[in-house]
Amino acid sequence: MRGLKVNGVTIDDTFAEAFGMRATAVIVTAPTKKWAIEAARSMTGFATSVIGCGCEAGIDVELTASETPDGRPGFRIMLFAVSTDELQKQLLKRVGQCVLTSPGSACFAALDASDRLKLGSALRYFGDGWQISKKLGGRHYWRIPVMDGEFVCEATTGLTKNAVGGGNLLLLAAGNDQALVAAEAAADAMRTVPGVILPFPGGVVRSGSKIGGRYKGTIASTNEAYAPTVRGQVASALSEDINAVLEIVIDGETSEAVAAAMAAGLKAAIELGPERGALRITAGNYGGKLGKFQYHLKDLLP
Amino acid sequence: MKSLTFTLLSEPPERLDMSPLAPARLAGMAAREVEKIRLGLSKRGLMVGDVFRLSGGDASTIIFEGGSRRFDGVGTGLNGGTIRVAGDVGAQVGRRMSDGTILIEGSAGLHAGSGMSGGRLEILGDAGDFVAGPLAGELAGMSGGTLIVRGRAGDRAGDRMRRGLLAVLGGSGDYAGSRMIAGTVAIMGASGRMPGYLMRRGSILIDHVPEMLSPSFVESGIWDSAFASIVDRHLIEDNILREPLLHRTVRRYCGDNAVLGKGEILISAEAL
Repeated sequence: MRGLKVNGVTIDDTFAEAFGMRATAVIVTAPTKKWAIEAARSMTGFATSVIGCGCEAGIDVELTASETPDGRPGFRIMLFAVSTDELQKQLLKRVGQCVLTSPGSACFAALDASDRLKLGSALRYFGDGWQISKKLGGRHYWRIPVMDGEFVCEATTGLTKNAVGGGNLLLLAAGNDQALVAAEAAADAMRTVPGVILPFPGGVVRSGSKIGGRYKGTIASTNEAYAPTVRGQVASALSEDINAVLEIVIDGETSEAVAAAMAAGLKAAIELGPERGALRITAGNYGGKLGKFQYHLKDLLP
Repeated sequence: MKSLTFTLLSEPPERLDMSPLAPARLAGMAAREVEKIRLGLSKRGLMVGDVFRLSGGDASTIIFEGGSRRFDGVGTGLNGGTIRVAGDVGAQVGRRMSDGTILIEGSAGLHAGSGMSGGRLEILGDAGDFVAGPLAGELAGMSGGTLIVRGRAGDRAGDRMRRGLLAVLGGSGDYAGSRMIAGTVAIMGASGRMPGYLMRRGSILIDHVPEMLSPSFVESGIWDSAFASIVDRHLIEDNILREPLLHRTVRRYCGDNAVLGKGEILISAEAL
């Protein structure tokens, strides 16, 4: 699997394996950027992996006041789940508990599609009869009276069935500092690509997992092949010069967006070189048997 | 092919029913047939050829070069295409239209946009009483689409409106939004006495304190409204206004509490 070297960084001849997912997007706005961040962070909290959180969510892009429907600062937030039902459930729970509750917030559709998910048309019942329906220019809004005025929420938002979850890069470095520098650079570069989110904390995962484990009922357990501290005792994927590995997981609105994000991340990590950043870059897959999408690293090189 | 154009020969001597001159009906008709359509409402029975000179042939856009206060029912039941009148029109322009666009470069008479359910009707001049309203005996007025009066609207603009947007930019007469069922009425400039008289639901958005507010409306304070920003942005993006109507902060009056009371009058805080 040894591949080629670019700028001194070894790129494995392998691919990231990813899955088809359902995704939706909303714009969350607030009177100030500070409160838009609060609402967005709260809504996308505890949404790192569908295995334990029900959905994967994150901020796609920050929007300036002129780019949002109500002329206030905001963020485009994306949610990914394995089924339409679960996505609908998570969307309503998260907007209802984290955005509706946040001072001065409003929530709008941010994905154009004929398939729709309920948003304000379900949350309106919080208004207990005092909610107001408004249609303007083909868009339908609900206004719900709350303690600081009104929560304005669009009735529905779009759903895409062409989303992709699980694009990834594994950054293998000589030490923890270098691994973190490489991961941060790659994550920063990926965030500039529209239509993708990095669901893990700061975009970075340190606990790569394998399916199952030795204990009964374990869904996932540590991927010891990439854990350097047990390198001597297991069939390790790590050579002697590697002492820390970090992964970046990417969910995208389209397959093209995932590929673009991986390419941007690769470029940023390679530019750092082996001394400051990663010695080797690889990707996670299941031998190509499980996922519908494959992203070969050699096709994404700068 | 050039747009089908009706050039007015002279002021007609009687009121005309203009409803047959709609794109859907005229599509594919020969000019000679069109000239024989009867418009006159008296025993004189004027036909198209007596009143207009025809040119062009593409009926998807119909242009009237010259208008008259005697042109009733222009664009009745319009369901697509465009009608432009370079002049005034009479009563019931755009009556029950469901799609397409009508532009009146002059003023319109009574019941403009009566019962319209879609499309866009724009009047550059003034409009008479009961803009968007129902005819006598009908349960609801305008139920969708956009109606713009760039001049002044008469009394009871938006009467019994159910849905859609009515924008009046040059002030309105008394009882704007009377008996509204729902929908949105935006008024720039002086709105007369008692806007929202007996309204059940819906929104009346104004930038001036009305001449007299109905006593059955109750004040509900001022707040920074995201909805106001959405409305302002929509009005500007839809080329209805150039400047915001409400701005960020609005004062809300709830009513009419003589009936259901779930309607509202929002007044821009800049007016207070």
